[in-house]
Amino acid sequence: MNPDASTIAAGAPIEVDLSPVAEGQDIKVFWRGKPIYISHRTKKQIDEARAVPVASLPDPQSDEARVKAGHDQWLVVIGICTHLGCIPIAHEGNYDGFFCPCHGSQYDSSGRIRQGPAPANLPVPPYQFVSDTKIQIG
Amino acid sequence: MSGPSDYQPSNPALQWIERRLPILGLVHSSFVVYPTPRNLNYWWTFGAILSFMLGMQILTGVILAMHYTPHADLAFKSVELLVRDVNYGWLLRNMHACGASMFFFAVYVHMLRGLYYGSYKEPREVLWILGVIIYLLMMATGFMGYVLPWGQMSFWGATVITNLFSAIPYVGESIVTLLWGGYSVGNPTLNRFFSLHYLLPFLIAGVVVLHVWALHVAGQNNPDGVEPKTEKDTVPFTPHATIKDGFGVACFLLLYAWFIFYMPNYLGDADNYIPANPGVTPPHIVPEWYYLPFYAILRSIPNKLAGVIGMFSAIIILCFLPWLDAAKTRSSKYRPLAKQFFWIFVAVCILLGYLGAQPPEGIYVIAGRVLTVCYFAYFLIVLPLLSRIETPRPVPNSISEAILAKSGKAVASIAVALVAAGALFVGTLQDARAEEGGTKPPGNSWSFAGPFGKYDRGALQRGLKVYKEVCSNCHSLSYIAFRNLGDPGGPGYSVAQVAAFASNYKIKDGPNDQGDMFERPGRAADYFPSPFPNEQAARAANGGAAPPDLSLITKARSYGRGFPMFLVDFFSQYQEQGPDYVSAVLQGFEDKAPEGVSIPEGSYYNKYFPGHAIKMPKPLSDGQVTYDDGSPATVAQYAKDVTTFLMWTAEPHMEARKRLGLQVFVFLIIFAFLMYFTKKKVWADSH
Ligand code: FES
Repeated sequence: MNPDASTIAAGAPIEVDLSPVAEGQDIKVFWRGKPIYISHRTKKQIDEARAVPVASLPDPQSDEARVKAGHDQWLVVIGICTHLGCIPIAHEGNYDGFFCPCHGSQYDSSGRIRQGPAPANLPVPPYQFVSDTKIQIG
Repeated sequence: MSGPSDYQPSNPALQWIERRLPILGLVHSSFVVYPTPRNLNYWWTFGAILSFMLGMQILTGVILAMHYTPHADLAFKSVELLVRDVNYGWLLRNMHACGASMFFFAVYVHMLRGLYYGSYKEPREVLWILGVIIYLLMMATGFMGYVLPWGQMSFWGATVITNLFSAIPYVGESIVTLLWGGYSVGNPTLNRFFSLHYLLPFLIAGVVVLHVWALHVAGQNNPDGVEPKTEKDTVPFTPHATIKDGFGVACFLLLYAWFIFYMPNYLGDADNYIPANPGVTPPHIVPEWYYLPFYAILRSIPNKLAGVIGMFSAIIILCFLPWLDAAKTRSSKYRPLAKQFFWIFVAVCILLGYLGAQPPEGIYVIAGRVLTVCYFAYFLIVLPLLSRIETPRPVPNSISEAILAKSGKAVASIAVALVAAGALFVGTLQDARAEEGGTKPPGNSWSFAGPFGKYDRGALQRGLKVYKEVCSNCHSLSYIAFRNLGDPGGPGYSVAQVAAFASNYKIKDGPNDQGDMFERPGRAADYFPSPFPNEQAARAANGGAAPPDLSLITKARSYGRGFPMFLVDFFSQYQEQGPDYVSAVLQGFEDKAPEGVSIPEGSYYNKYFPGHAIKMPKPLSDGQVTYDDGSPATVAQYAKDVTTFLMWTAEPHMEARKRLGLQVFVFLIIFAFLMYFTKKKVWADSH
């Protein structure tokens, strides 16, 4: 009952062009049937994400570890709440990040869980920059 | 199932069979001469009711499966077309969907009955555990069945429930992938759920056979909890129990038919009339009412893994009940303390169900935690403790002695049954819907409301005109074909009028022999064409918000009625939340947003739209559409007409449904009376 060959094939890596995404905006693309948020973060959002002491977080992880060095403005996360799988809404909640409408989990501008029942940060999918304005997810 | 039978059929052919396969003897000994305790009350008819419901679900389900397409792109549509085009498809679907609720309702009564009268105690432990297994199978079946229509709640319910398994350490993720057959809930998930939803009911039927077998070995428990000792304590199953069960089923059917014919969507969720969309989560994900108490337990525990464990153990704990409650006296009738705690426990379950439907905030979370503790305390503390400290009242020596002690208050318990039916049922429902800052729409008097409601033909025809001239510029109506305009119970056009109406439309057809697509005039069998070629185009042309399809809009929108209105609605048959909302939104535009409300660029202020910022500009203004029949050309009239029209597009068979409902009710009431008097006659000398 595991995924069949065509499902696996359809889950191959995809390329996303980032040039149309202005600062402060984000886009949602689908990969393997999962929504992936790609946010072009503002300076303020980055600073907020880096200002919190990592040890105080429920799932400690530094912002630097969640983005690619040199591309700090880009946050790429799987938009599936780690609680029970709803899709959080971007640019909502108290932490300038994501808010899950289902049971009220709140994530910050680095996609880290800050409040609510979700146990973990929004996962970062495997991806790399193929050029300055293009990433490959998968 | 109670030993070799001495049954001898008189017919030689039957004798021939009987010597080779003693099946008639088996039926005879189990369902005819089988001795049942004389003092059973009407709570015992729920066993028969449940068997009846299982048969009903399998029968309607098999026929529905003949018309259903288990594919993510087609499932929603196939269910809608089934309801619209298959002969009595609406009836089958309502019977199956409401049937699931009634099945659970009956099973809860049956379980609480067992709990109250101690039916799980020695020697009926296996019988009880088999029952718990049936209940678990039912929950799995019900959940997978709810996924099949592939609406928003189906999809997100499936997502949330399958994700429960991801809480299991180490293997959780792989289990979830295995359940999905992909990387998220999708087409493979739907396919396997369909397959399992078809399989599980037959497993249930198999376990039911074991359950009945175990029952006939141990014998039935009874309200006094003393085993039958002499002939005088029992009566033969047929005709006594058969006819009594028949009467019970007839009464139950009345409740069932109330839902099928008059309130088919009362127990459902409006969001499930919106096709599944993996990109948007509905604001409140609420499972079907029968899971709500467990959902509440899940949410009250702040840790994910602990929550999942808590939820499952709330059910599994029932298996251990025979050993948790060690009291010698079976029936709570003779256990003054246990009786009180039982009713407290029932209240706790109902309240948990209510909380399960509320948003998980503030006071609800705290109340949920307290009640979760109460739930488990009942099993783990109260019952074990009571068996030590309680002094039960003396139990009668035999069943006949118990009957002599009191006589005839059977009818009272049926009244209690019906009242409990209403209250229990309704006590746990709905409510947590779209409110988010929207004002509640005002009520209207609709021609189609109530048990005798009919569509106003004039309003339907005018509404069609409004749709055609105004709404159809942006909104599709894709489940409606031109031919439907001539259907009975609809706007009432003749075949010729329908053909003429259809021919005004240009329909894309093809490819022709040259391989080109071409346009031709519409025919009666064509569906209303969409204003945009696809959703993306619709979205792009409307500032990012795609105008929703209108075929189901009056059923896909609702608003919370709140406590206690939703209780009242059950009796008043009020179910026009959708039309009230649609007509309110059409009239709720205001040029200027009130002080303190800021509306983003490209949106408009609407008093009744949740959040108040709607992307649709004010669609209707006075005098915009000319009516030929002299009705006032005002926004209020337009809104009323087009809403009536849209109610018809959502429920094209409503008139047939209510008409048949009346006939069924007349029949059932007469039938129930006949059953009652037959039962009285049969039991005349047994009391
Ligand atoms: S699924 Fe997001 S908070 Fe529960």
